[in-house]
Amino acid sequence: MSAVLHTQRQIPDRLTRPAARALKSWEALLAVVAVAIFLLNAWASPYFLDPWNLSDASFNFTEKAMIAFAMAMLIIAGEIDLSVGAIIALASTVMGLAMTAGAPTPVLVLLGLGTGLLCGAFNGLLVARFGLPSIVVTIGTMSLFRGISYIVLGDGAFTGYPDSFAWFGQGYVFWVITVELVIFTLAALVFGVLLHRTSFGRTVYAIGNNATAARFSGIRVDRVRFILFLLTGLMSGIAAICLTSRLGSTRPSIASGFELEVVTIVVLGGVSILGGSGSIVGVVLAAFVMGLVTFGLGLLNVPGIVMSIVVGALLIAVIAVPRLWTMARAKSGKR
Amino acid sequence: MSILKSRETILALAILALLAAVASRFPGFVAPANLARVFTDTSPLILLALGQMAVILTKCIDLSVAANLALCGMVAALMNGAGVPLPLILLAVIALGAMLGAVNGLLVWKLGIPSIVVTLGTMTIYRGTIFLMTGGAWINAHQMSEGFKAFPRAVILGLPVMAWIGIAGIAAMALLLTRTPLGRAFYAVGGNPHAAVYAGISVGRTQFAAFVLSGALAGLVGYLWVARYAVAYVDIAGGFELDVVAACVIGGIAIAGGSGTVAGAVMGALFLGIIKNALPVVGISPFWQMAISGSAILLAIAFNTLSQRDGGRIILKKAEAAE
Amino acid sequence: MQADLQPQDGAAPVLSLRGIVKTFPGVRALGGVRLDLYPGQVTALIGENGAGKSTIVKVLTGIYQPDEGEILVDGQPIRFPTAQAAGDAGVTAIHQETVLFDDMTVAENIFIGHAPRGRWGLIDRRAMREKARAILQGIGADLNPATRLRDLGIASKHLVAIARALSIDARVVIMDEPTAALSHKEIAELYELVDTLKRQGKAILFISHKFDEIFRIADRWTVFRDGQFVGEGRMADVTEGQLVQMMVGRSVDQIYPKRPARIGDPVLTVAGYCHPTEFEDITFTLRRGEILGFYGLIGAGRSEVMQALFGITRPSKGACRIDNRVLAIRSTAQAVDAGIVYVPEDRGRQGAVKGLPIFQNVTLPSLSRTSRNGFLRLAEEFALAREYTRRLDLRAASLDQDVGLLSGGNQQKVVIAKWLATKPRVIILDEPTKGIDIGSKAAVHDFMSELAAEGLAVIMVSSEIPEVLGMSDRVIVMREGRIAAEFEGEAMTPENLVRAAAGIGQPRGQAA
Repeated sequence: MSAVLHTQRQIPDRLTRPAARALKSWEALLAVVAVAIFLLNAWASPYFLDPWNLSDASFNFTEKAMIAFAMAMLIIAGEIDLSVGAIIALASTVMGLAMTAGAPTPVLVLLGLGTGLLCGAFNGLLVARFGLPSIVVTIGTMSLFRGISYIVLGDGAFTGYPDSFAWFGQGYVFWVITVELVIFTLAALVFGVLLHRTSFGRTVYAIGNNATAARFSGIRVDRVRFILFLLTGLMSGIAAICLTSRLGSTRPSIASGFELEVVTIVVLGGVSILGGSGSIVGVVLAAFVMGLVTFGLGLLNVPGIVMSIVVGALLIAVIAVPRLWTMARAKSGKR
Repeated sequence: MSILKSRETILALAILALLAAVASRFPGFVAPANLARVFTDTSPLILLALGQMAVILTKCIDLSVAANLALCGMVAALMNGAGVPLPLILLAVIALGAMLGAVNGLLVWKLGIPSIVVTLGTMTIYRGTIFLMTGGAWINAHQMSEGFKAFPRAVILGLPVMAWIGIAGIAAMALLLTRTPLGRAFYAVGGNPHAAVYAGISVGRTQFAAFVLSGALAGLVGYLWVARYAVAYVDIAGGFELDVVAACVIGGIAIAGGSGTVAGAVMGALFLGIIKNALPVVGISPFWQMAISGSAILLAIAFNTLSQRDGGRIILKKAEAAE
Repeated sequence: MQADLQPQDGAAPVLSLRGIVKTFPGVRALGGVRLDLYPGQVTALIGENGAGKSTIVKVLTGIYQPDEGEILVDGQPIRFPTAQAAGDAGVTAIHQETVLFDDMTVAENIFIGHAPRGRWGLIDRRAMREKARAILQGIGADLNPATRLRDLGIASKHLVAIARALSIDARVVIMDEPTAALSHKEIAELYELVDTLKRQGKAILFISHKFDEIFRIADRWTVFRDGQFVGEGRMADVTEGQLVQMMVGRSVDQIYPKRPARIGDPVLTVAGYCHPTEFEDITFTLRRGEILGFYGLIGAGRSEVMQALFGITRPSKGACRIDNRVLAIRSTAQAVDAGIVYVPEDRGRQGAVKGLPIFQNVTLPSLSRTSRNGFLRLAEEFALAREYTRRLDLRAASLDQDVGLLSGGNQQKVVIAKWLATKPRVIILDEPTKGIDIGSKAAVHDFMSELAAEGLAVIMVSSEIPEVLGMSDRVIVMREGRIAAEFEGEAMTPENLVRAAAGIGQPRGQAA
């Protein structure tokens, strides 16, 4: 009669093994695409397979991908940060100011990280504490942060960073493995574990799927959002150190348009722009794909602006094609 | 009482305060002729902000307006070079702009792709297309016909055509938004998409219409821009989409959709226009402009969000609005 | 029953539905139902929550497209691809949920989509205001057409929704629980309105849970159960008992398995809780082992009080104690730590996190227990999820299944399991059986009873009188944001509850 007396069936934990599911995933598709582009490039250009060329090419994506890991978590949680390029500009400007005042490399690095964290905290405060929409807030801070760089630098530039500072963007750990590549790998591991293996990562998914229900489940939603903005700021600070070190100079226009490419990497990596799903593996693979495409087109002497068309089209196609596919299937299924 | 509390009134007071501050040291700035000049200079921003407003009302955003503008401007310059008469050029750029807007709108409507992704993508595609068309070449003043360049500056009844187009745009938009079913649909779709469906309004189609409108205005401004500055190249109006969004946010257009007025959008644009024109007058480096507009966006969004914060449902009788 | 009864006077139906089927992922909402609406008559559609009433309204108004079956207007097949099409065919509805626009004025809400036009096809705002004023006066609503809807209370909003439905010159008027949020006086005016509409020859579909109301105004009845057509006929030929029997499909007293529980010491004490717009002077005590019912009209402020207790909103005044410890709850996390948990009414938006699998939903508030140093331990998570989903007799393919794919009843079980896993002191259930199937409903009731017997303190917010009376040890009735009355034992009668909720007679606590 009562529910307790029903014959109780054991509900299995899982029906499909995680491994089987992974094979049919977006990430698997991306991996195939990455390999295909790699082979295509190797076939199209004799210079492609040179280890040193490949190493050089990695600069196409390492700095952006570092930020993309943090941005992926932010977008999975249903927020966005369009100010990352501007944070780089501001962090780089602060480092430049300190450099002209004679600060040594460790101080420059700390200032770069600190500026990134502060900018992230500022965004996070406005979004999490005051409940302002992140897209408008970060469009505002995008102008504000870069605007401060323009006030400081005008049309000038900081040059003459110490030689020891060059290590971050120009140094090699061994053979062709650059410092940036190592930072990129470490960041991928740290963010992969943070997102997929910790309870913090779990709450990020919960918030992205339904922030209201997450709050109604006793999760401190605002705290999680704040930390995510902080992390994005921190990774922008690290990217600022690498980029400034690599270029050896700071101009207020440094890293302009970065936000677009970072978001593109994240979306290409299979992270839903509406939040709630995505993986770090996908973002890593998307970074490779973007890097390979850019490098390949570069070898073929395709100008930068045409590459940006490809990037823009890729961004739309990545979302449009699966939807067209489902729509076509639904239509044929109904008949 | 409610008039004093409205966002538009506060914004109007802020603009007056700004003008008063500049005028206290440089009275010439508020001379009618100069104010007219500032308005004329701000007309493109006003027109784009009006289009953007329609898009934002429907819960979308159009980041491709500046790229659309640049592409249409280039097409106008190329058509002029080919000897096409001006009225035809005008029609063509408005149609082209509307078409580019329609591409955005279709992707949002038919495929349900978030507008921010669509327009981030088309932004680079539209600008890249200019490069594909021209190979990066510039079209300079001497390659444009006199009539082409003179039209926006031609003075009618004491104001240049450019200003009149701005005024006409404001009037048309005000009429559209308050007095036509489409205008009310913009508000309905953004205010409560669920209820809009119940009222027989198609959410996607309305968003599509907003994008077409925004695109058509961008096409028109494309010609005005190129004719006024007498130059066309890949990067004209680079980053201008942010100014347009900023004007809307400052004007109190809610980014979540469904709320905002034409007066707000116009004043938001004027606020930025006045700052831009006042900076050189008061001797502040133009490099300050970016940081100032960024701060204005943050202040405006903070003010709008906090003043509109939901006070909860109204259940107690004493809390209900009296007849 | 008498399925093929001829209408009186031999009048033909204005609108008929035949064999309507509508399926959603995982649920067959309508399994081939029929419905006839006759001119000048009120047809009552009767059925439990989840019987398919709301779905049929959405089919009739062009919101949903049926998978199978046909809609006939004057005997001719027709399709309603959009809400506009249904309106053009003369079908209008007062929806249960008020689907209106907060940022628009009352007049604009009434006329959106069909505003009067003036010169050059522009909207004639003066005519719109005047017409709105006339319609509002016609239903006795004392509202200014220029007021923004945001500034109105829920009953006033409902009147606007009614005015909107009347602004369309319709032949068929659908009223989906139109009186649920209205006071006594407003209900009387609504009845008059229904009579007027009948005289005008309109066909009316009236959906209600209140039998006295149905017998007062309906001419005909149709019963649905679990998405199936059960029967139809004239009101004159049927008794309340027969209708209930058809509606439930079994006798009524089986549904509420309330077990006697030992009621112990006070656990939760709330004193003088106030909120600027939502509620005022809320004071009550909750004891161990007790089920305390909260009854009231929709929008009486019950959910709002509960959400303040759970840390969603903050009271402007008042104190809350648990075991004589004073609590200042500022967040849901603090409420959970203090042992207060809340099963929300709005399951889709606030309850289950759709998109996450079942086991992750269950462990969401308990992650600190199932993880070590912040690192997840899946085995522990599955163990916890298994334990509590089994206690609730959850039906699912696997614990890794997306919660969004479960039926409403099973989603509700996941939400309850999530909270039980935190071992709470006080569990608040807000309309716990709204929109779930009868089987799950019984399971939830049974489980509530079991929890109380184990010594948990339970608050149950419910708008269903049988449920409130069947499950509660004590009932608090709220009206317009205040506690109107409290009943215990013999005094817990349907009449007392209804009178207190509608404000008839002398409610207690009015002086405060």
